[in-house]
Order: sequence, then C-alpha cells, then structure tokens
Amino acid sequence: MKRNKLSYAKYGYIFSIPFVAAFLIFTLYPIIYTIILGFTDFKGLGTTTFHFLDNPFRNFQIILANPSFQKALWNTVFIWVVNFIPQIFLAILLSAWFTNGQRKIKGQGIFKVIFYMPNIITAATVAILFGALFGYPMGPVNDLFTTLGWSEKPIYFLQNKWVARGVIAFIQFWMWYGYTMIILISGILGINPELFEAAQIDGATNFQKFIYVTIPNLRTILIYTLITSMIGGLQMFDIPKLFVQNSGPDSATLTTSVFIYNQAFSGSYLYNRASAASMIMFLIISVLSGIVFVLMQDKYDVKERRQIKKIQREMKQKSRNGGNI
Amino acid sequence: MKQKTSISVIKIIIYIVCIFLAILSIMPFWIMLVNATRSTTQIQQHAISLLPSGHLMNNLKILTGKSFNPIKGFINSMIISSGATACAVYFSTLTAYALVVYNWKLRQPFFTFIMAVLMIPTQVVSIGFYQFMYQIHMTNNFLALILPSIAAPATVFFMRQFMIPSLPIDIINSARIDGSGEFYTFNKIVLPIMKPAIATQAIFTFVSSWNNLFLPLILLTQQDKYTMPIMVSLLRGDIYKTEFGAVYMGLTLTVLPLFFVYFLLSKYIIAGVALGGVKG
Repeated sequence: MKRNKLSYAKYGYIFSIPFVAAFLIFTLYPIIYTIILGFTDFKGLGTTTFHFLDNPFRNFQIILANPSFQKALWNTVFIWVVNFIPQIFLAILLSAWFTNGQRKIKGQGIFKVIFYMPNIITAATVAILFGALFGYPMGPVNDLFTTLGWSEKPIYFLQNKWVARGVIAFIQFWMWYGYTMIILISGILGINPELFEAAQIDGATNFQKFIYVTIPNLRTILIYTLITSMIGGLQMFDIPKLFVQNSGPDSATLTTSVFIYNQAFSGSYLYNRASAASMIMFLIISVLSGIVFVLMQDKYDVKERRQIKKIQREMKQKSRNGGNI
Repeated sequence: MKQKTSISVIKIIIYIVCIFLAILSIMPFWIMLVNATRSTTQIQQHAISLLPSGHLMNNLKILTGKSFNPIKGFINSMIISSGATACAVYFSTLTAYALVVYNWKLRQPFFTFIMAVLMIPTQVVSIGFYQFMYQIHMTNNFLALILPSIAAPATVFFMRQFMIPSLPIDIINSARIDGSGEFYTFNKIVLPIMKPAIATQAIFTFVSSWNNLFLPLILLTQQDKYTMPIMVSLLRGDIYKTEFGAVYMGLTLTVLPLFFVYFLLSKYIIAGVALGGVKG
C-alpha cells in the first residue's frame, strides 16, 4: 500500500513539467537575458553579437541621467496616483452602498455590469476613442462645450499637458473602478456577519460599522488591490501610447513603458538602454510592492500580537480572581 | 419617521450617483456607435448626436479601402486568443491538479514559487523576450504569443482554489481501482468536474489575450499578421486623420465582438471577478 502511494507522487512532478518548462523558456530566460543585455553594447536592428561594457553600469547611468526617462517616470507615477486615489475611494463608497442590508439598492446587478464594462474593452480602442472625443477643432467634447456655451471657441484640449495627463488618469480610473468595486464587494460579503451583528448590538451606526468592522477586515484585499494596481499602473502602455500622438506636448504623457518601447523599437534600436530601463522599472516595482506588503502586514501583526497579549493578561487576571466564567 | 426620510434622501443620492456613473460608462461608446453611421461632414458640423444616420456602408468602404483589414485582424486575434486560452486553462488545471492531488516533496515550495511568479511585472522583461524570439526566428509567428500562456500563475492559483473544495479524492481513488491511468483520470474525470472554473478562466484569458497590444506590436511586423489592437492603432495614423466617420467605424468593429461576449456572459464575468478578489 505504502509503495503504491509513493509511486503516485511522481505524477506531481510529471504534471508540473509543462508549467515549469514554459516558465523557464518564456519568462525566466527572457528575464536573465534582459538583465545581461543591460550591461552590454547591444544595439541596432539585426545585430546578434554583443560585448560587455568596460563600465558595466554605463547604460544604467545614462538612463538614470536621461531627462526623458526622469520625466517618463514622473508622469507614470503621477498618472497612477491621480487615477488610484479617486478610484479606491469611489470603489469603497460604492461597495459600502451596495452591501448595506438596510437600504436595498435596486438594479445593483445592472449597475455592476455597466460599471465594469469599460474594463473588458480593448485599451487601444479606448485610447483612440477618447482621443477622438477630445478632438480639435470639432470633437464631441468641444461640441458639448460650445453648445452649452461653456466656451466660445473650440479648445485644443490635448495641447495642454495637464489636460492630456489628466485625461489619461481619468481613462485609467474609468476603466478600473468597476473592477475594484466588485472585488471589494466580494470581500465585504466574505466578512463574518456576526461581527456586524455584534457592532449592531453595541449600537454602532452604519458609518461606525464601516470604519471599525468593514475596513479593517478588508485589509488583505486592499493590499492586493493596491499592489496589483501598482504593478499594472507602472507598466501602463496602450493608453499613453495611443491617446495623443508622440506623447503629447512636452512629452506630457510619456510613460516609462512607452519610453522603453521607443528606445528599443521606434527607430533607435537601443536594446541595451531599453533593457537597463526595464530592469530599473523591475526593481522599482518589486521594491514598492515589497514595501507595501511588509508595511501593511507588519502593522496588522503587531496589532494582533498586542491583542493576543491583552487577552492572555485578562485570562490570567480572571483565573487569579477565581476563574468565574 | 425622521430616520426614514434621511434614508430615502441618501437613497436618492445613491441613485443619482449610480445613474451618472452609468451614463459616463455608456456615453463614449454610444457616441462611437452613432458616429460610425454618420458622414465626416455631419460629424464636423456636430460631433455629438444621439440619433444614427445612414452612412454606415460608406464609412465601412472608406475604412477598408485603406490599411485597415478588420476580417484579417479578427481571424488573427481569434487564432492567438483561442490558442492562448486553450493552453492556459488546460495546463493550469493540470498544474493545479499536481498541487492538489499528489503528495510530493516539492509541493509546498512549488506553490510558494507560483505565488512569487504571480508578482513578476511581465512587460518589463519584453526586451529579452523579443531578442530571444528574434534569434530563434519566432517573430511573426503566432506560437510566440500562444505558448507562453502555458505558464499562467494566476490561472493556476484560481484553479487550485476551486479544486480543493470541489474535487472529491474518492472519485480519483475509485478510478485508480478501476485501472484508469493518472493522465486518463485527469482528462476524463477531473476536467469535466472543473468545467465552471475553466469557463470563468477561459473568458478572462481570452479577453486579456484579445486586448493585448504590447507584445503583438513588437513581435508581429508583417501586416497580414496584425491583430485587432494593432489594427486599431493604425487608426491613429495620418491616413485616417480627416476620416472621422471611418475611425469611429473601425473602433466600433473592434468593440462589437467584445460587447457581444460581455452582454452574453456578463453574469459569469462579474462572478468571476468577484471570485478572483477573494484570493488575497
């Protein structure tokens, strides 16, 4: 019997082979290759040979000193933050509204379907659609503005760098708040209902229940949302690439992914620089995710440990008092 | 009494906000659909109209008369997305099966490894991927976009979470007693049980593969290999600069299949998103 069980264990390895093989070939090898290329002189279309640089960090130094890259990094972070803050607030608000048992909101199902819809539409399509909506001189937004008398002449919206950046942040927000909302709703529905009942008995208002029961229990899901949104947001490509041509006025909408693409594929073929920039982004994203993860995790652990200690102390006290339970 | 009125005031506010957001979601697509049927002159006079006009076929003619080939793009996207989806769901289920059913030494480390891999930002390693594909002459080959999805850590994770409560180990044991091989058991017994999870993951893999722009854009350089999102990106070019009606038409053509899938399966898609969130 025991022998039989042992012989089955090997299938665990066998059935994992495709995953591991595909990972090694299509993810790990490209990662290592990208790292290596970052230290070489590899550039130009069709080149297959490369040499390591005398100063191995030269590409990294050049990229970090490149004003375009600095600008792209700043734009990327700006667009992500400006999209994420309203996104998470709106998603929390909507999920609180939709999960409140006392006031039943009719048509929730339809609202969820409509709010989530922009998320499944091709980002490339959305980018060009918004580019057309904000068109000059006669785009739909300009039509609206002149018809309503908000402005007399058509406005060249995308010529203004803050508008161009802001609209990209808005598109990102618009595409993702529905997704975040659905995830938060499922998180709230997963909280033990007894916690809400206990708060109810203690006379907590809806708002207090939300602050003291819902939010702390959503911690893991909020970390998850923050990290996945950050990983995605810092790699933003489709929308900034296609929304305004040539990254807008004064490179206002140039993101790091578009910068990497331009270095490697649009004319200059500087694969070594692009690789170095990629690795810098890789590091930034990993470090940020790690920090978020550790910060949120630790806070909770410390709190929990304190709580456990408190309970232990109370128990001791109780047993000293004669153990009346 | 007082509380009741305050609740209904809040309720009205909630409805107003929700209806506003709903309009915000629908309006851009509505303008797109309507303008796809209007001539460029009509759009230039008034870019917003709620009612369609009759220039649909004319716009289509202008659109396809230039570099935009929606049928080709549709077929290419279909091949890539179907292939990637089939690979992702089949091999992810197989990997999850290895993680759930068999008791092997590296089981736990392997699972931790998959969770770590989940966090890798894939786009930033694309230079190495491109160079690798270039050297083995796989650019302009759809397999370069299909095969990597064999290793889909998020899908494996989802399948594992679904499999743990819903796959009775007794069934596998009785299949073994009946002399069924392990691989046969997986294909004939486990896959059917996993159908609901496979359907959910298939939708998401398909849509994200369909919408992917970055990798196809760097790998596919021949025009007859272009996918739908690359076709869309052509609408940004100078040749369509003044053809507003045709641009809206092109956008509509890329959105319609997604609308069709979404409204047909929205119930499952929303449920799938919700399930994905519990992973945290």
